[in-house]
Amino acid sequence: MRLYDVPLVFALIGLGLYTVLAGADFGGGFWALTAGSGPAGERIRDYVHHSVAAVWEANHVWLIFVLTVVWTAYPVAFGSIASTLSVALIIAGFGIIVRGAAYALRSGTSSTAETRVVDTASGLSSVLAPFALGAAIGGIASRRVPVGNAAGNLVTSWLNPVGTLIGALAVATCAYLAAVYLAADAARREEHDLTRRFRARALGAGLAAGAIALGGVVVLHADAHPLYHGLVAGDGAPALILSVLAGICALGLVWAGRFEAAQYTAAVAVGAIIAGWALAQQPVFLPHLTIAQAAAPHDTLVAITVAVLAGAAIVFPSLALLFRLTLAGRLGHTDDAAATPAPVAAVLSASTPGLLVRVAAACLLISLAFLTAADARWAHVIGVSALLVFIVTGFLAATPAELAQTSASRENHAE
Amino acid sequence: MAAFAFPPAHQAYLLQARQMQALSFSVHIPLVCFGIALPAIILYVEWCYLRTGDMLYRTLAQRWTRIMVALFAVGVITGTILSFEMGLLWPNFTATFGSVFGLGFAIEGFSFFIEAIFIGIYVYGWGRLSPRMHFASGIPIVVSGITGSFMVIAVNGWMNHPSGFRLVGGKTVDVHPVAALFGNSYFWHELLHMYLAGYMVTGFLLAGAYAVGRLRGRWGRYERTALAIPLTIAALAAIAQGPVGDWAARDVATTQPIKLAAIEGLGTTTKGADEHLLGWYVDGRVKYGIAIPDLLSLLAFHNPNATVQGLNTVPPDRRPPVNVVRVAFQTMVGIGTLLGLIAVIFLFVRWRHKRLPDSVWFYRALVFAGPLSVVALISGWVTTEVGRQPWIVYHVMLTNQAVTGASGIPVSYGALALVYLAVACGVAWVLRRLARVPIDPGQLSPSQAAG
Repeated sequence: MRLYDVPLVFALIGLGLYTVLAGADFGGGFWALTAGSGPAGERIRDYVHHSVAAVWEANHVWLIFVLTVVWTAYPVAFGSIASTLSVALIIAGFGIIVRGAAYALRSGTSSTAETRVVDTASGLSSVLAPFALGAAIGGIASRRVPVGNAAGNLVTSWLNPVGTLIGALAVATCAYLAAVYLAADAARREEHDLTRRFRARALGAGLAAGAIALGGVVVLHADAHPLYHGLVAGDGAPALILSVLAGICALGLVWAGRFEAAQYTAAVAVGAIIAGWALAQQPVFLPHLTIAQAAAPHDTLVAITVAVLAGAAIVFPSLALLFRLTLAGRLGHTDDAAATPAPVAAVLSASTPGLLVRVAAACLLISLAFLTAADARWAHVIGVSALLVFIVTGFLAATPAELAQTSASRENHAE
Repeated sequence: MAAFAFPPAHQAYLLQARQMQALSFSVHIPLVCFGIALPAIILYVEWCYLRTGDMLYRTLAQRWTRIMVALFAVGVITGTILSFEMGLLWPNFTATFGSVFGLGFAIEGFSFFIEAIFIGIYVYGWGRLSPRMHFASGIPIVVSGITGSFMVIAVNGWMNHPSGFRLVGGKTVDVHPVAALFGNSYFWHELLHMYLAGYMVTGFLLAGAYAVGRLRGRWGRYERTALAIPLTIAALAAIAQGPVGDWAARDVATTQPIKLAAIEGLGTTTKGADEHLLGWYVDGRVKYGIAIPDLLSLLAFHNPNATVQGLNTVPPDRRPPVNVVRVAFQTMVGIGTLLGLIAVIFLFVRWRHKRLPDSVWFYRALVFAGPLSVVALISGWVTTEVGRQPWIVYHVMLTNQAVTGASGIPVSYGALALVYLAVACGVAWVLRRLARVPIDPGQLSPSQAAG
């Protein structure tokens, strides 16, 4: 692996994590959409919402990660992909808007009917977005995105046999992953009826995804022969075999009710097929553009690699904390158990407000002098520092929390 | 004409593409303000609760947390659309310069990660984590809000004052992304200006909501606290914005003289240039405005006899649309001055009489301060973004060289406008719903005043 491959590996890892994490959130939307009416359906929809609400934003960011890494490290490829596949990406974007807005709106709903409307919109967009994103990937994989500013066909670049196949596979995979995660979650909480229902859904969606993948081999053979060849006989073959084995294994684990193990095995199946695609297609990025040709200059590749590694060192422990808390149920369904802290007399001792006011006023004057009258950079540093001290000391001097209390006696007057 | 990654594409709807970008940006940027300022304000309130054990602060922090999570969710999606549009609308810009500026967005992506992760922990951790742990889980949200806006502004600063690369045959060479983004002197004033604006918008909007309550007779200790805290922050930020704005204008005067000329409607290069308030730019000069002799030279260069470069120094097709930029600038400055006045009145009453203002007129003004601050925010961005036109990368790439060759921009623009209108209605609805959730009086003890 050369330096110019490294950011692409990061982007593919990001794509894999987006699929298994955010994909499952989309899948949850699918199950909420198909949950049916009545109390049973309502229970599923509430369950899906609660298990996804704390994590969907963090999961969604993987998409942003993939976009930013690709446009930094492979700008020409990104420009070509985004302009030719603009219709698919806009559709995916609208799906993402509606679904994100649905999370915001659901907190305001007060009746079942209102919740139902929000969940339906969220569910429809949860099918639309993964389909459109999958179809866009199909466009790249079937070599329908030429280098250039919107140089490919805006519609047939993604709405074609391979694009439709990968779009449908994406929807089925999302539904499958979601059902497995939700079954595992319900099993942990010993909600036996929900476990049973999500197990049935997982088996159904898993079989559907498997059938689409099998049928897909025929489609690839006819419509994207280089990719087919790379997957079946080329560098992608081991990954394809791993993916098939892991997929079968995961289904067996779901059947046996071992959802936790099934989660990870299913994730391996998804990761392996993404790796298989990359291995089958490399070194070609887009037609007549290899990865080496697409890569940014050396300094940028070094900078993005360092940035991603440093970022990962911060993000992964944070993600682990989030998932540990959600899986441990501490961010889920438990009751309010906060200890009340010991009361302390006042927010701030009112000892030195007079001094603080003077300091704040002095800092404001200093910042005016150094920021407005002077032009040198060192003067601006002093001016900005003084301005920040002005805000902090001014806030401490104003003690808004106490102000609200002292104003109490005036309230009758005010009315 | 310089070559870029792709040959120039024909685009009949450049204006619509720009408007679509402007719409996406105008929807997103007020949400960014809440992302910058609201976590810090909530943490302050939670800190008050930890110090005093007063349940009122806990209730307040929890209710504002609900607002934060709703607005963050919408900010996530509007931000995603913006990152899509980098390629959907301006593929040649990203294809040519992604290797130079992209790093900023990649680091911003990690800030966004941290923000999303810890908002998840903070929001769902109320009552489930120990009070100290919960407070601590809010700190990364505030920090990543700062680093995130730092990165985005660094990219914008680079677009206004590009460096760190050479363009050879359509390819960027000698690329030094770190120097390009962070060695750029231009972006510090932008960062501080935006950061203060974030506190002003959030503070005035929040305080305005409780000012409405005050005018309708809801004025208990809870409402007073909920008004006093954001108003104090917004007032201090509004005052600090004065010197920062002046600094920004002088940096524009030296680095982007044509933008300054558009802001001021200065048709021809002038020694001892006048400043015009209001008016309209026609035929190379401002008509119907109030002229103040030599003030522009004095403000921009601290010398009443300084020469200020006029629009006539560049060909007409290299000038930004003067009246858009000028009206936006005057709107921003006018509103900023009004907000500064409100701030001075509030702080004076607080300092002199040790109480909140009594006058109904103060609260009436405060109701409008929030929406006006949003208008000022967007006007400010119009000033800098439209003022950079016709350049997308100042003096390097024209906006019409960056635009996509794909058809159908008017369709996507119209669809996006409709979807955003629906989202805006939805957000307004959910905020009203959240505001109407009754407060349990037991949660406002101790020393609960009549409400």
